[in-house]
Amino acid sequence: MLRGFGARPARDGSERTSDPLPSLEGVIAHLRLLPPPPAAPGAGSGSCRGRSYDLLVIGGGSGGLACAKEAAQFGRKVAVMDYVEPSPQGTSWGLGGTCVNVGCIPKKLMHQAALLGSALKDAQHYGWNISQPVHHTWSVMAQGVQNYVKSLNWGHRVQLQEKKVKYFNIKGSFSDPHTVCGLTKAGKETVVTADNIVIATGGRPKYPMDVAGALEYGITSDDLFWLKESPGKTLVVGASYVSLECAGFLTGIGLDTTVMMRSVPLRGFDQQMASLVTEHMESYGTKFLKRCFPTKVEKLKSNRLQVTWKNADLDTEETDSFDTVMWAVGRAPDTKTLNLETVGVKTNSETGKIIVDASEATSVPHIYAVGDITEGRPELTPTAIAAGKLLAQRLFGQSSELMDYDNVPTTVFAPLEYGCVGLSEEAAVQRYGSDNIEVYHAFYKPLEFTVAERDATQCYMKMVCLREREQRILGLHFIGPNAGEVIQGFALGIKCGATYPQMMKTVGIHPTCAEEVTKLHITKRSGLDATVTGC
Amino acid sequence: EIQQYFLKEAAKYEKKVMVLDFVTPTPQGSSWGLGGTCVNVGCIPKKLMHQAALLGQALQDSRKFGWQFTEEVKHNWMTMTESVQNYIGSLNWGYRVALRDNKVTYENAYGEFVGPHTIKATNKKGIEKLYTAERFIIATGERPRYLGIPGDKEYCLSSDDLFSLPYCPGKTLVVGASYVALECAGFLAGLGLDVTVMVRSILLRGFDQDMANRIGEYMKEHGVNFIREFVPIKVEQVEEGTPGILKVTAKSTAGDQMIEGEYNTVLLAIGRDPCTRKIGLDKVGVNINEKTGKIPVNDEEQTNVSYIYAVGDILQDKLELTPVAIQAGRLLVRRLYAGATTKCDYVNVPTTVFTPLEYGACGYSEETAVEKFGEENIEVYHSHFWPLEWTVPSRDNNKCYAKIICNIQDNERVIGFHVLGPNAGEVTQGFAAAIKCGLTKEQLDNTVGIHPVCAEVCIQSHLKAHGILG
Repeated sequence: MLRGFGARPARDGSERTSDPLPSLEGVIAHLRLLPPPPAAPGAGSGSCRGRSYDLLVIGGGSGGLACAKEAAQFGRKVAVMDYVEPSPQGTSWGLGGTCVNVGCIPKKLMHQAALLGSALKDAQHYGWNISQPVHHTWSVMAQGVQNYVKSLNWGHRVQLQEKKVKYFNIKGSFSDPHTVCGLTKAGKETVVTADNIVIATGGRPKYPMDVAGALEYGITSDDLFWLKESPGKTLVVGASYVSLECAGFLTGIGLDTTVMMRSVPLRGFDQQMASLVTEHMESYGTKFLKRCFPTKVEKLKSNRLQVTWKNADLDTEETDSFDTVMWAVGRAPDTKTLNLETVGVKTNSETGKIIVDASEATSVPHIYAVGDITEGRPELTPTAIAAGKLLAQRLFGQSSELMDYDNVPTTVFAPLEYGCVGLSEEAAVQRYGSDNIEVYHAFYKPLEFTVAERDATQCYMKMVCLREREQRILGLHFIGPNAGEVIQGFALGIKCGATYPQMMKTVGIHPTCAEEVTKLHITKRSGLDATVTGC
Repeated sequence: EIQQYFLKEAAKYEKKVMVLDFVTPTPQGSSWGLGGTCVNVGCIPKKLMHQAALLGQALQDSRKFGWQFTEEVKHNWMTMTESVQNYIGSLNWGYRVALRDNKVTYENAYGEFVGPHTIKATNKKGIEKLYTAERFIIATGERPRYLGIPGDKEYCLSSDDLFSLPYCPGKTLVVGASYVALECAGFLAGLGLDVTVMVRSILLRGFDQDMANRIGEYMKEHGVNFIREFVPIKVEQVEEGTPGILKVTAKSTAGDQMIEGEYNTVLLAIGRDPCTRKIGLDKVGVNINEKTGKIPVNDEEQTNVSYIYAVGDILQDKLELTPVAIQAGRLLVRRLYAGATTKCDYVNVPTTVFTPLEYGACGYSEETAVEKFGEENIEVYHSHFWPLEWTVPSRDNNKCYAKIICNIQDNERVIGFHVLGPNAGEVTQGFAAAIKCGLTKEQLDNTVGIHPVCAEVCIQSHLKAHGILG
């Protein structure tokens, strides 16, 4: 039995072969696996219709690259157009999209830097003789993170090359349903025609339009990860996961950090869990200005920024100075320069996102869209990748499988992580009625916190189930270390229609935090104290 | 620990319950309080010391993430051990309180059967009392085995001694290839000690051997020495002390070659034996396996004597794991006193080996799957992965690994799950639940990953079968 080379995944989930030269046997085996060229009419190669490509993907991010590479596997002529409009502050980056450059990847790495700060404190309790406090240097971290991101940009370029996907670093816009043109950085006009076009241009951070000085003086997540020097005393405006995650790691590396929220944190997420996240952040050292919204940002002679805001509760106006103001008030789809109106691609009038059906098709035949740009879809890398791959398989691989957007798990990488899959408690109550759901919950303490004398007040989990008969699990929510690792496997279970009894039949792994999920037995309905002792 | 759970259960049903717990001191004199192996000399202290070792690695990583400290950081064994023992003490105390709150009578005495329905309890002072009961549950667990060579009991330690050792063990020889041996060797090396593991034949017998070898390779590359195919034949004391110096003589299993080595500490981890030989089982007619000492039970944990039950590590053909013991004990009591019928489900029990590179597993190993179903009927999907947290500090990029084994004839049902990487236990738990729900490869492929975490690699659709290029 030939031992395979099993592709080693790149950090953004796209494929990357691990070894340079496959064996002859391997090549033959691979060739045997290639599907026969499609005979279906209308799916012919571009050359027979006079168009240069079978597929043009606009946007080289998670969704776009996954779609392009998958299509190339079917022997199709594929091109990717990727372009990064510099941020108002002038930040730009390479191939790979939001996740790789200004999202998941640098975020998780900086989150890790913050977690290591806590680990340094714990280490003393475990016998390591490290003297506190330990100082953090932003530029060392930033360089490490930025170098890694650049290696991913490079990796993507190489992969496209290996798969014979043509890469254009140009900003494209539609001239007709099968033609996209744009200018290269050098000013050369390029025209690309394709049978099928996939729009995957993603989104960019919003700036508040009603705050003077917001654009001139504030930064966003687009800039934060590329700063060469420490942001210093920072105000993060917003209540999104972007806001909380960034504020969280900034606090963790020792910076004076404040979060300003107009109303509730993590709108759309389970609100009990959202409160626990922010409660933990408060005890962690992040300052919160709740029910406040900024009115203006001015630059002081010292180069610091003076922010003025209204406190809605106290009906007062307040002010303070910061080194950095970061806007994290949402993201807007990147469609402005695409010229969608010319070709008739319909967008949602409120959000500006592209409207697609279950097969990712837009209102125009042969034009599709995947990823953050699409209306009603989760703004997540793994869903974009999966949707992009399945789309390519349907277009060129004779598959009819549609993307399943149900029960998509996710994790907020706040200082105390929050992972979840399925319905929030309030959504379950709304859908089924509180009499028809049962919520099992527990406050637990991770073993590693004991010796470290860490506060576990917000370490909590809950399972929302249907109350009748088999007690199918509707949602699972977990706050604690490694929340993503914990939730992933359970998300699989929920995809299999897991029930509460099945969870209880599963034996726990000891000692872990995840095992507490299989031991949940106290209901909210009972009113009993939900604190459990692991051992 | 299991006592806490099922005795509280029994007391819930208003039965008069008593528990007898007694710890015979080790040859070195170590002893401990209420709670059993897991709490005192197993899972708990092991995971905490493993955590201490992981934190040592975190310290190294942190520099690359911008944390600045110039000094070479050293580890203090006493600080760690004291903290660990304090926490264990709090657990011992917690159990005493829980038993009392649930009105369970507790005696710190050694129990042995003297006749039908009658047990004799002897406490530390030698005072004997007799008790009768309608039903008995034997849950005496196991203790580490000794080699039976000159110097073993006089000079060697076992895991029973390690976690409360009042001095740093220093240069250590770990004898054995069990998960106990590898986990202990792993954290001792992680704390900066010079560690050698002496292995008679294979690593982690009973576990997937490819995974076992990867674990060994990783440990070797990270500073643990291995002496393969040797067994010690005598241990002599060169110098007294805490620690002293011991000389170990070992013989090759493949020939006549003999080697010698000097170590501060020799830790034996060659297996565990059930505490069933001296508890009067013959007086009441309970059968035991004469060779292993384990007690055979039916699927309701009942021995051949109808009023005597057994749970935990002493059971024949069952897994030696805390959560299994707890589950079995709890369900047993519910069947005895609450009219329940649910039996303990021993199939697809997940487990984790907390070696420096952690290994989580559930279901069949590759070799047992091939044996049971035939190579042509199983499909193996695998992938290496590089945890994102390891990129910036430039840690190994080709060591973490995941493998999923599917049964082609049963809808490509997932029958084996193996992952080697950080937080393997946290990753594996959910997959075990999914396997319990009958997970198939298709369902795996249809589940979206969480990004960026290690666990997502296990579901990424580019895991490829053997023999096919990625």
